[in-house]
Formats: sequence, C-alpha cells, structure tokens
Amino acid sequence: MNPGHNKHTRRRPAGVRRLYTAALILLGLTLALPGAEAVETRSITDTTVALPTVEKLVRVLSFDDYNLRVVALGSMMLGIAAGIVGSFMLLRRRALMGDAISHATLPGIGVAFLVMTSYGGSGKFLPGLLTGALVFGMIGMGLVLLIRTQTRLKEDAALGIVLSVFFGLGVALLGIIQQLNVGHAAGLESFIYGKTASMLASDAWLIGAAALVVIFLATIFFKEFSLVCFDQDYSNAQGRPSVKLDIIMMSLVVVVTVIGLQAVGLILMIALLIIPAAAARFWTYKLGRLILIAALIGEVSCLLGACISALAPRIPAGAVIVVVATGLFIISMIFGSARGVVHGTARHRRVRRTVERQHLLRALFEWNEEHAVPGKPATDAVVRSGMPLGELMQEQSWTHGVLRRAMRRARRDDLIRTGGGGRVQLTIEGLAAAERVVRNHRLWETYLITHADIAPIHVDSNADQIEHVLGHAMVAELERLSASEFPGRVVPPSPHVITRTARPAATGGGT
Amino acid sequence: MAITGILSRERAEDRTLGTEHPENAPLSIDDMTVAYHHKPVLWDIEYDAPEKKLIGIIGPNGAGKSTLIKSVLDLVPRASGRVLIYGHPYAQQRHLVGYVPQRESVDWDFPVTALDVVTMGRYAKIGWCRPVTRTHREAARNAMDRVGMADYASRQISQLSGGQQQRIFLARALVQDAQLYFMDEPFSGVDAATEKAIITLLQDLLANGKTVLCVHHDLQTVPEYFDEVVLLNMRIVAAGPTRDVFTPEMLQKTYGGKLTLLDEAGHALARARRR
Amino acid sequence: MDWTVLDTWIIVSGILAAVSCALLGNFLILRKMSMMGDAISHAVLPGLAVAFLITGSRASMTMFLGAAIVGVLTAVFTQWISHFGQVEESASMGVVFTSLFAIGLIIIVRGANAVDLDPGCVLYGAIELAPLNTVQLGGAEIPRSALALGAVLLINTLFVVFFFKELRISAFDPELATTLGFSARLMHYMLMTLVAVTTVACFESVGSILVIAMLIVPGAAAHLLTDRLITMVLISVAIAVVCAVGGHLLAITGPGWIGFSDMSTNTAGMMAVVAGALFTLALFGAPRYGLVSRWLHLWTLRISILREDILGVLYRVEEHPDASNVEVSSVLLGNAIGAGALDIRVAVCQLLRGGQLKRQGTHFRITGSGREKARGLVRAHRLWENYLVEHLHLAADHIHPTAEQLEHITDTAMQDQLVQDTRQPDRDPHGRDIPPALD
Repeated sequence: MNPGHNKHTRRRPAGVRRLYTAALILLGLTLALPGAEAVETRSITDTTVALPTVEKLVRVLSFDDYNLRVVALGSMMLGIAAGIVGSFMLLRRRALMGDAISHATLPGIGVAFLVMTSYGGSGKFLPGLLTGALVFGMIGMGLVLLIRTQTRLKEDAALGIVLSVFFGLGVALLGIIQQLNVGHAAGLESFIYGKTASMLASDAWLIGAAALVVIFLATIFFKEFSLVCFDQDYSNAQGRPSVKLDIIMMSLVVVVTVIGLQAVGLILMIALLIIPAAAARFWTYKLGRLILIAALIGEVSCLLGACISALAPRIPAGAVIVVVATGLFIISMIFGSARGVVHGTARHRRVRRTVERQHLLRALFEWNEEHAVPGKPATDAVVRSGMPLGELMQEQSWTHGVLRRAMRRARRDDLIRTGGGGRVQLTIEGLAAAERVVRNHRLWETYLITHADIAPIHVDSNADQIEHVLGHAMVAELERLSASEFPGRVVPPSPHVITRTARPAATGGGT
Repeated sequence: MAITGILSRERAEDRTLGTEHPENAPLSIDDMTVAYHHKPVLWDIEYDAPEKKLIGIIGPNGAGKSTLIKSVLDLVPRASGRVLIYGHPYAQQRHLVGYVPQRESVDWDFPVTALDVVTMGRYAKIGWCRPVTRTHREAARNAMDRVGMADYASRQISQLSGGQQQRIFLARALVQDAQLYFMDEPFSGVDAATEKAIITLLQDLLANGKTVLCVHHDLQTVPEYFDEVVLLNMRIVAAGPTRDVFTPEMLQKTYGGKLTLLDEAGHALARARRR
Repeated sequence: MDWTVLDTWIIVSGILAAVSCALLGNFLILRKMSMMGDAISHAVLPGLAVAFLITGSRASMTMFLGAAIVGVLTAVFTQWISHFGQVEESASMGVVFTSLFAIGLIIIVRGANAVDLDPGCVLYGAIELAPLNTVQLGGAEIPRSALALGAVLLINTLFVVFFFKELRISAFDPELATTLGFSARLMHYMLMTLVAVTTVACFESVGSILVIAMLIVPGAAAHLLTDRLITMVLISVAIAVVCAVGGHLLAITGPGWIGFSDMSTNTAGMMAVVAGALFTLALFGAPRYGLVSRWLHLWTLRISILREDILGVLYRVEEHPDASNVEVSSVLLGNAIGAGALDIRVAVCQLLRGGQLKRQGTHFRITGSGREKARGLVRAHRLWENYLVEHLHLAADHIHPTAEQLEHITDTAMQDQLVQDTRQPDRDPHGRDIPPALD
C-alpha cells in the first residue's frame, strides 16, 4: 500500500545530475530567444499597474526591444543562480545569511564610489562598484562566522549585528556621496531597491557570466554541498571540512547577491535567495529536483518581474520580481505535489475514505460471523438477508452522512448490496475484500496483544488506526509472527470480545 | 476458541481489574497515546503512581521516557488519553508539580546566576508582574544550602561543573515546594559526590511525603535507588515495586527485541496522516 | 559647527528611540530571535504605506496602528508558514518579511505622487527633519516624534520592569515557564507586539536600520560584558545612549575627518556605525568573553603546558642511562616538543625566572624544584598510560598523545585515584619506571 517508502534511499546516477544542469542552461537560453510563451503562461493580477498600450504590450511580449531582451536574459540568469545557491542555503539552515550579506554590500558600493571618484574615474563604473560590494560582502560573511564561532553570541545575533552596522555605515556613506558635486551620484540608491530597467547590455553580460560561474561551481560541489547540508559531522569525518565548504558556499551567496544588487536591490535580494528554494520544497523530496525547480521558479520570477516593470516603468522591478516569486511560493505551498497543503489534504481524504470503507466491510463481515450457524457456510438465511441498517449505524461512531457516503461508494464498486427492509449485505467481491480487511485487523490485534503488551480492551482502537496503513511487507511479517497461533486460517478469530455499542451483552468473539 | 482468545480474555480481565483508578493518586495516566509528527511514540499508557514513593522510569533509548514526562506536563501534546495529578487536570495542579529538565536543553550562556535560576522555582508562587522579594531569595538560598551549593550563589551558570548545575536544578525544584516531582535523568553526567547528594535529597523528599518520578538509565543502581519502577518501551512493559518488576525477564522484554513492526506501523501511520 | 536647538532635539529623539529598542533587544537576543526584529522592521512598510495612503498624514494614529498590525502579522505569518508548510522558521521569516517589504515598496512608489513619503525616509529615516514638526505642550515646543518616542520608551520600560521575571524565565527556559504557568507563547507575542510598536514609532524619526541596529547591537555587546541580566539591560541602555549622542556628533563632524569638510551625513546611519564600533570594542576587549582575553587565555594555557612539557623532556633525558652526554639546547627542545621558537623562548624564560631551570652555556639543566615538578608530571603521564591500557583497552603504542594531554590536568587526588584503579603499578605499559609520588 505504501511502495513509495523506499524512494528516499534510491540513488541517482551522477550523469542525471549533469543532465539537469545542462537542461537548466538550455532552458534558460530557449526561453530567452522566443520568450513570448513564457510570459503568456502566467498572468499577474497586479491591479495597481496602469494598463499599458497595446503597442507597448506587443513590443514587450515579443522581446522586440533589444534592451528588454538584454535585461530579461540578465535577470533570468540571476534568478537561476539565486535559486540554486538559495537551495543549498535553505538546506544548510542558513536562509537568513543572505540577508546579512546583502546588507553588508552597501558600504562596499559607497567606498568603491568614493575611491573611484577620488581617482578621477566615473564613480558609477559597474565592475568597480560590484568589486567593492563583493569585498564588503565577504568581510560581512567573515564577521558573521567570527562572531558565531568565537563568542557566546548565537547566529541570529551575529547576523543582526553585521546586517545593521554595515547597512548603517553604507547609509552614512551614501549621505556623504549625495552631497558631493559629482554627477549621477544619486543613482547609487538604485542598489538598495534595484533598477532592472536601467541595466545596460554590458551589465547584463557581466551578470550572466557571473551567474554561469556560480552555476558551474554549484554543479562541481553538488556532492560536497549536499553532504554538508545533510550531515555536517559526517562530512567532516569524510575529510570534507564543513568550514571550508561553508566558506565556498557563502562566497557563492556573496557573488549572487552582488550581481543581484543591480536587478532587485540589496534588500530584496534576500527574497530571491529564500523564496524560490522554499517554494521548490513543496514540489519534491529530491535534492536534484529541488535545485532544478528552485532555479526555474527564480528564473520565471525574474523574467516576469522584468517584463512587468518594463510595461509599467514606475514600479520598482525588484519589488515586482519578489511579488511574483511570492505568488509562486503561495501557489507552491497550496498546490505543491510533495508537501503542498492541497496535496496533503487530498491524501488525507483518500486515507479517510479507505478507512471508512474498511470499517463498513469489517462491520458487515463480523455481523455475518456472529449470525452464521457454526459448521454451515455463510449462506444461511439470516446472513443472506443482510445486516439491518440500524445496527450498522450503531457499529462505529460514524454519522449518517459518513455511513451513507461510504455505502454509496461501496455500492458503486459492487462490494455491497442493499436488500429489502433496510438491510445491507456483502457481495461476493465484497466478502473477499472484507476477509482481507478483517484478516489484517485481527493479525494486527494479535500482534499488539502478544508482542506489544497492549491491553486487549485497547487493541481494537489501535488496530483500527493502523490496519489501514499496513503494507504488504508488514502483513507478511505479521503473518510470520503469528503463524503458529492459527495455522491455515484465512480469517483468524478476533482476539478480544467484539463489543457493540448497541448491545453491550455481546456474544463471544470468534467461532 | 483459539488459544489467543482465551489468553487475551484472561489478560483483559486482569487489566480491567487494574484500570480502577485510585481516587487521589499523585499521577494517574489513562489510555494515553503520544505522537510526534503523527508518529506514535507512546502507545496506550495506563499508569497510576503510588504515593510517597521514589519511582524510576526505565527503558532503552528512544523508549519515550522523556516524552512520557513531557506529555504529562502538557509540554508535548497528547494524541489521546487523560492525565490527572492528585485527581485533577495538570493545569489546575501546577503548584503541586516540580520539574527538573534534562541539562542539555539549557542555554548555559544565559546571563543568570545560580541563585537566579533557583529563584525561578518560586516564580509561580510570586505570580504575574510581582517582583522577586527578599523572602523568595532567602528560600532559594536555603534550597541551595540543602544541595550544598550555598557558596556558588553568585556564579554564572556556565561556570559550574556538570554536577553543580544538576544540583542547582534540584534546588530549583526544591523551592517549588511541590508534592510530585518529575526529574529527567538527574544522574546523567554527574560526579560521584553529586550523585550521592542527589540521592540523599531524594530520600529527604520522600521522608517529607513527596512522590518523585525519575527517568533513569543506569540499570545497576536501580534496585538501590528506587522503590518502584516503570519499565517503558513505547508502552509500559511493567510497573510496580522494584523487587517484583525489576527482574531479568522483564528487562529482557523491555530492552530486548525492538518492536520493529510497531515502529514501522507508527511510521506508516505518520505518513498517512501527515499533511 | 553651529549647535542649535535642533541638534539637541535630534539627540533627544535619538536617545529615546535607541533606548526603547535596546530594552527589548536584550530579550530578542536571549530568545535567539534577533532576526525577528529585522523582519518586523522591514515588514511594517506596507502597513505604514497603506495607512499613509488612507490618511495622508505621517503622524497619524492610523499609520501607527496599521504598521503595528502588520508587524504582529509578520510574527503570525511566520508561524503559519513554518507550521502548515513545514518550512524552517528562519526561512519562513525570510519569505514573509521580504514579500511584505516588496508589497510596501510597490504601494509607496505607486502612491508617491499623491503623498510625500519615499522609501528612503522609511529606510534610513529623517531624524534631521523630525524636530521641525512640533506640538505645543505646557508652553514648550516639543517635536511630535520626541513625544511619541517618549511614550514608547515609557511603555517599554514599564513592560521590562513589570515583566522582568516573566521575560527572564520564558527566555531562559520556555518549558519551565510554561509548567509554572507563564505561557512562553504569550510572552513571545507580547514581545513581538512591542517590537512592532517600537519599530513604528522609531520609523518616523530614525528609520528602519537604526531600529535593527539598536535592537540588536547594544544588547549583543552587553551580553559579552556581563553575566547578570539586570546588568546586561543597564549596559545596553548605556550603550544606546552613547550611540545616540556619538552618532549625531559623528554625523556632523565625521565627513570632515575623511576629507569632506562642511558636510554632514545621516545621523541614523552614524548611530549604527557608533554601535558597531562599541560592539567591536566589546568583541575584542570584553574582560571575560572578549576575543583578546580569550586568545590571551589560550596562549597562557599553551605556554604553561609548554613549560611542563619542557620539564618533562628534561626529566626524561636525565632518566636516560647516558644522560650526562646529552645536552639540550632550546632548538632541540623546540624540535622535541614541536612548538614555535618564540613560544619556547617565553616558556624557557619563565622557567629560568621560576628557578626550575638553569642555563649552562647554550644548554639547559633542570634544577631541584624543577625536577620535583617534572616527576609529578611524568608520574601522572605514566599512570594514565596504565589506566588507558587497563581500563579502555587501548593499544600501548596509541596512548602517548592522550596521556600527554591528560598529565597537565591531573592533580594529586586524581593521581591517587589512578593508582587505586590500576592496582599500584610501578612501571608503565612501555616498561618504564613510574616515579614515586611527591611528599
């Protein structure tokens, strides 16, 4: 009944992993070139957007605009890289590390600007600014590690300290820069909120290249990263020191954060690191797929966000990207095929229906058993006439609705028949099914009494809970354990008194 | 009728006689099942603690010993069943119950002194929003004196040795002035002197009419320390006076042969119910 | 620099805001929930924005309420997502606050035409402008923001004073708190509500970074400096005050120091910087938990072990049958023990000064008192070796390193215990004599 039990232990060949990566990159490229259908697949119901003109809509959707093509490609690459790196961070339980690191980059931008202008260059030279951001991001990361490992302060405080102090420093530096008589200084603020639309082709290539490097490194270290995420101590024991791997992993986070500054801004960069990965967890239990899905969600969010902000330029692209990602997160949380809420509810309902059907069958079977004359087959007249509905109703603590529903389904599957006078009887198939159900139930009861020392007065309710989830292997094991107790019997006798709420003076169980 | 039927009926009768709960047992657990993430870890616990006894809860790792205590104290939700402390639900009887948690669960860097920690035992008596007064601190000092820790009152807790930390926790339970004590592995990782101090203290409590339930894992010392034992492995294997229950056969039953099938069924149940 | 009444009010608002935050921050840190402060202070943006769009005013009660509600919702949503979606708590916090922040940003940018509120002022505040908006109170002109912050400070102080006991126990041991009848969950939500309220009050004047910085940094620094909770709270308050005063002074004068004279910068940012500087000071200089004292402690420990190792080596050399021919120089010692030359020199100097070693040319000899000490060490070492072989069944060729570490922490009582447990041996597993106990 539960064959999926072993699915976590199955190994995935290394080739498949590489295939994933290749598919990922290909996917990115194919989406970038025709582009249009990707946009049409989902619509964002953002009512605050002023309706764009048809002409503009067409231009955006067909990626006619060279600039938009560049921007879309750049932010897509960012989304993929952030999804991949974010997945590892999430599994490493360091989701908020990106928060601290992205805030820590701001003073780097300020310092780089000041240094570049004081040497007479253009303060807004992007590679220069990003280098500054990278350096400060690394420093911030180092400080978090230092505080966490060397003092009594815990991780959360370390993150908070680095985040707030560095950001404060950055803001103070920007305050100075704004008062300088240098052109375009104000543009630096776009690093806080992001300004996708102003991305130049060269910027996009830079982002794309950096993202490719991140993806490449993440692929190389896939094995090590997954090990350290899953079991740090084991990783250390295997000669894969977790500290070194952590540093590599977080350096990737710094790089992704820095390249994302331009697109979504430093505050919302954290969202791109967390949300796609968290959303992807609702779809799968497998690491490889988790990363693939996270990358996909990151990519779609960035692409859609960039397009929407191109349609309505007065909306900050970073915020739109994050809102799209949040939308995907909510969709994933509700509809996710692995851990989604609906999926869980549906499975829950399936289990409940099985339970109801089994209760129905068992009640009918036990009634038959009770009314059959010893020695005669169950074709006796009383039995053939079926169990009165009133007695059936009192059998379990089910409501009218539940019983009616269970009976309707069982009737549909030809397991029961309703005879005259409100009597219910099992069909031939129903009898076979009921035998299986009762057999499992009683095997389990016997096990609980003889092996688990549970009082017979309680086994019924326990067996009730469990019998519905018994797998084939478990039934076999049960049979092995209780083989000596009732050899050769299809349906073992009930190991306890079958009590009926309606008739407390019940006849004895079994034959 | 098959043999199982006869056997079970007999057992059922035995048990039915036993399920009459005494009116005012310090602790009476009725048909309690506890599940973590829908996976049952304790099945059908049925237990009445005798009054004024030192009771050891014994069982292998993962048997659910700590869980038993935590579920009684409402720290872990029960899937089913009922727990009464001196005849009433725990929520009404908090003042009668003292709890010594496992030492591992504490943030030792927390800025509190040993005296502060012991004083926490009085908080329930002090009540919401009222400050800690001199009398409460005096009571705490007395308790520290009883466990031989009076000289360490102003030490920060991380500067105490493992045994000293354990004694501080005991002192905290003492100032609670409860009737029924739950202690989670009070003897784990302590030095010989502390072990002796703890056992003297427990005897002391007993002499004053208290009841103490102790999770314990050192089988050697069980007969020496406890009047009563509860043998636990996902269900209660046996409970009663140490000399009757603490037998090789019962231990074999508790420790030997893990109930793999029960465990597996629990997993299957969890999978089916998880949402 | 011209000091005006404005500057005074800026500093007063700064102090009020910083102290309000620092008071609560202590408990956030101790509950390991510092990032909740960060999350809430980012997430209240949409609450502020919506309330602002509705009322069109920056100092309204609606705005205050809106943001406070969103702040508490952040805590609730975080709980929900981590419960229903089985997402790790910090990740669900990240999802919630970034999403709310993004939504807030969109609302603000879309509505910015109509109203005068820009994300920048939410983020890094406008403490410099705060004193301009004043109200008359008892004949004096008092900035509205200072009034609001004063009220919040009062609430927070009362909260911490009256619930000190409850805050302490629910942070230290939530389970015990719950068993004693102080619901840890209730305390959690009370704290979160106050954090949200404080955040909102501070936004108006000092912006969100300052809120985060003042929530976390003073408390964290204080945690490094003391072992008493009351002291920690008081120190954090003091640090907050210093940050406020220092931050504003630095904002006025700081740019001049790095070559931008006649300029001033953002006070809130500089307050965070000052907080960072104070934290760094505590991080390195804290008496017990600072890095310097830690390193110093480790270093002295290393040297003292080295001293004992040197004595041990010399003792073993003397023990050797042809001891008179062997001459031990400091280079030889370094090689034998595997320590750096500097460390060896320091250790040797200390030994010479202590009279346990004497110099003969370039070589060293052990003196009487040194020999006594060395004997104890070698005795402990060899007793341990016996013990390890006998009780832990370790192979004789594997025990030396372990015994090497254990010998330094073995006092005479432990030696006696070892002798008892190993049935009074006179030789170690390698067949060497165990020196007799000291008198």
